[in-house]
Parts: sequence; structure tokens; C-alpha cells
Amino acid sequence: MSYDKRVDGRRPDETRPIVAKAGIIKRADGSAMFQMGNTVAYAAVYGPRDLFPRFMQNPQRGVLRCRYNMMPFSGAGERVKPGGSRRSKEISMVTEKALLPVLNLEDFPNAVVDVFIELPQTDAGTRCAGICAASIALADAGLSMRDMVAAVSVGKVDNMVAVDLNYAEESYEGGDVADIPVAFIPRTGQVSLLQMDGLIDAESLKRALELGKKACSEIYEIQKKALKEKFASGAGVNGNGER
Amino acid sequence: MGELLVSDKSIVVPGEEVAVGMDFLPTEGVYRDGDKLVASRLGLFSVDGRLVKLIPLSGKYLPKKGDVIIGKVVDVLISGWRVDINSAYTAMLSMKDATSEFIARGADLTRYFTFGDYIVTNIVNVTSQNLVDLTMKGPGLKKLSEGMIIKVAPNKVPRIIGKQGSMVSMIKDATGCRVTVGQNGIVWLQGEPSQEFVAVSAIRKIEQESHISGLTDRIKAFLDEEVGKIKGG
Repeated sequence: MSYDKRVDGRRPDETRPIVAKAGIIKRADGSAMFQMGNTVAYAAVYGPRDLFPRFMQNPQRGVLRCRYNMMPFSGAGERVKPGGSRRSKEISMVTEKALLPVLNLEDFPNAVVDVFIELPQTDAGTRCAGICAASIALADAGLSMRDMVAAVSVGKVDNMVAVDLNYAEESYEGGDVADIPVAFIPRTGQVSLLQMDGLIDAESLKRALELGKKACSEIYEIQKKALKEKFASGAGVNGNGER
Repeated sequence: MGELLVSDKSIVVPGEEVAVGMDFLPTEGVYRDGDKLVASRLGLFSVDGRLVKLIPLSGKYLPKKGDVIIGKVVDVLISGWRVDINSAYTAMLSMKDATSEFIARGADLTRYFTFGDYIVTNIVNVTSQNLVDLTMKGPGLKKLSEGMIIKVAPNKVPRIIGKQGSMVSMIKDATGCRVTVGQNGIVWLQGEPSQEFVAVSAIRKIEQESHISGLTDRIKAFLDEEVGKIKGG
């Protein structure tokens, strides 16, 4: 048995349906929702604001602080233990590193930009959805950025090179699976995140990354549209507690 | 020859290429990459001759020298006060800029300003490390008592004030409230509770509809109607 047809009938280079919205959390300075199939990520940005404890401050530039969190009920069946874990700590760190290359934080020495990513529903590809949401939220917060960041997971399920694996594909047991989350800076085509789980040959990896790049440029258009929609309709007012 | 890639007054997002060619010069919110000009924040694209810039649509207040703002006293220090100015950084109000009165050594500074006091104040200086110094010396700078404080988006403040303060004086005249709009997006109002409510709704309306033309007329009609209701009822 080989994997030649995807479980949900997608083409190998097709992502799951994507919904993106900007500015959905009223009290945050910037916020966004990014949904990819059954994976939903919310991101809220607060700041730039004073950073404490003081030893974390950097007098040369602002600090980016990300928190990735899966909600207890977000998985399929099993309850996710709430609070930080080794996994969430790692993903928080790679998210930070994926977003930092586009952010200009030099104007905010000693300050921090906090990004909170919450996942109420997960079906693989969470760190990518989180990065996409965070990128929209950071732009929504009016921060100075060289570009957006778009992320998607690519990989190989048995013999098929595909983009945006869902959980059924990621946990496929009929053959080797490689799961490769990748983030692109769309305008320059630079890679700001590249991780891998599993086994893949060099040829397939190249092909997978090409598919990923194509998918990311589609995602970038969706992110752009989300931001423009918010500010075209209504005034788009952020960061006020009283409303 | 240079060419604009997006139309004037359209919304652009970070990373969007706005113009190509060396004829255009990048200013606020735009950077050059090779012969392309690229947006470096979310904003309203605007061209002024050869200058290309972005008008911010969101973001925190950036302290600027000379701005009259409303701040909240958050800490009392040895020789001054720390003030929250609704920005990324807190500001310092030193003793000598706070009052012309003589303050004896070791005096209790909470007699002048204490925790939670709101003050109308002026920014004297902003350093490269974003240390902000305030002063209370100047016309209209004072401690606020009574009334209410609301927060608005800092980038909407010019619309709330209007040309030469036309919008805010319209609100003042219609509702009889005293209103002070800080450049940092904090607004103080004081008047009859029902009139205060009308003034707040008017400000919220300006904030929401500032991008739709005919704002002044709409706000005027809104104020007339709401104030009429109070008088009628």
C-alpha cells in the first residue's frame, strides 16, 4: 500500500482552506486569527512596552518575546496538559527566531514586544499557523517591519511530496513520513524557519521546499488581504480597554 | 523612469513594493531595496512630489518634543515623579519642572502629585534611548481633578482636534463640557454626566469614521440630535 491519494482529497501542492482575520482582540495592540483547515491560531501583540525583569532589557534594541500555547482541549481526544512544556518552549523560541529577521526593533531600546499565540484547535501545522497569525498581528500593531513572514509545513508522506500535512498525514503509519515546517520572507524568498522531523532524501527535500515557497506566497496574499480588509472597513482601532 | 506601483491613499502592508526607480525618495515608513521602494509598516500610502511616505494607521504613541499630553503618575521618586504616558516608555517629571514653589529637602512629594493623579503636561525632551522629560510649566498645564478620562487611538488625535481645534471646540460648544485632548491619545472631559456621555459618543464616532469624508458635518448633525434629545427629554 502506498500513499498516492491524500486523505482529504487535496492535490499534493494544495494547502488546506485558509481563513485569516486581523484585529479580532480589541484590547491588544495588534491581533490576528489564522486558520488552516482544522488548525486555528490566535495571536495577540502587546507593546512595545517596558520590559521587566530589568536584566532582560537590551539597551540597543527592543526584545521580542513569544509564547506559544496549545489549549487543553485543542487536540484530538487526549487532553493537552496546560502550561509550558519542553515542546511549547522550543516552539516559542523558533517562532521568535522566525519573526525577528523582519522586525526593526532598534527604535525601542529596553522595551519588549510580547506576542501571545493561542491554539484553541489543532490538527498539525500549529507552529506555522502561529507564525502566520503573529506576523499579521505584528503588522496590525503598527510595528516597523521589513516584510511579513509566511509559514507552512511541507513534507513527504511515504512517496508523496506534499504541502501542509494534516495530523492524519503526519502520523501516517504505512511508510516514512517527513514533516518540515518552513517559514519564508516572501519578498526576498529568505528562509527564517526550517525544522525537520523524520526521513527524507535530498531530491524530495528540494522539491518540498519549492512547493513550500509557492504555498507561502499564496499565504502572504491572504495575510495582506486580511490586513487591508480590516483597515478598509471601519477605522481599525486597537489597544483601548474601554470599548 | 520611476513608477508608482500602488495608488495614492491606498492601504499598504509591510513588504509591499510601493514604487520603483531612483526618482522617488523614501521617507517615513518606507525603505529602499535596490531600485525598489518597500513599505516597512502598515499604513496609508502617500506621495508628495518625489517624497514617498506612509501615514500610520495603528501603533503606540511615539513621544515627541513639545507635545501636550495627559499622563498618569505611577511612581513618586526622590526628586520627581514617574508618569505613564500611554507610550512604550514612562516619562520623568522632575521636581524643578513640576512647580515654581520652593520644595524643602526631604519634603513629601505626594503633596504635589500622588499615585494615580492625571496631569496635563508638556514633553521637554526625548533622548535617543527614549527617556522622556516632562514639565508642568506652561499655559494650561495642570493636575486634573474630577471629570473622566478616556483613551483613543493616538493616530486619530489630529482628527479629534480638527483643523485649528475646530472639531474639539464644536464638541465643547455643543455639550458644554471641558475637553482636553492629549497628543498621546488620552482625553479628559468634564461636564454634566449626560453631556459627557454625548461628548464621549461623538469622540468614538470620530474615531470610527475618520476615514469617511464629510466627517465634520456628520459629527455636527450627531451632536445637534443628541443634545436636542437631552433638552427635549
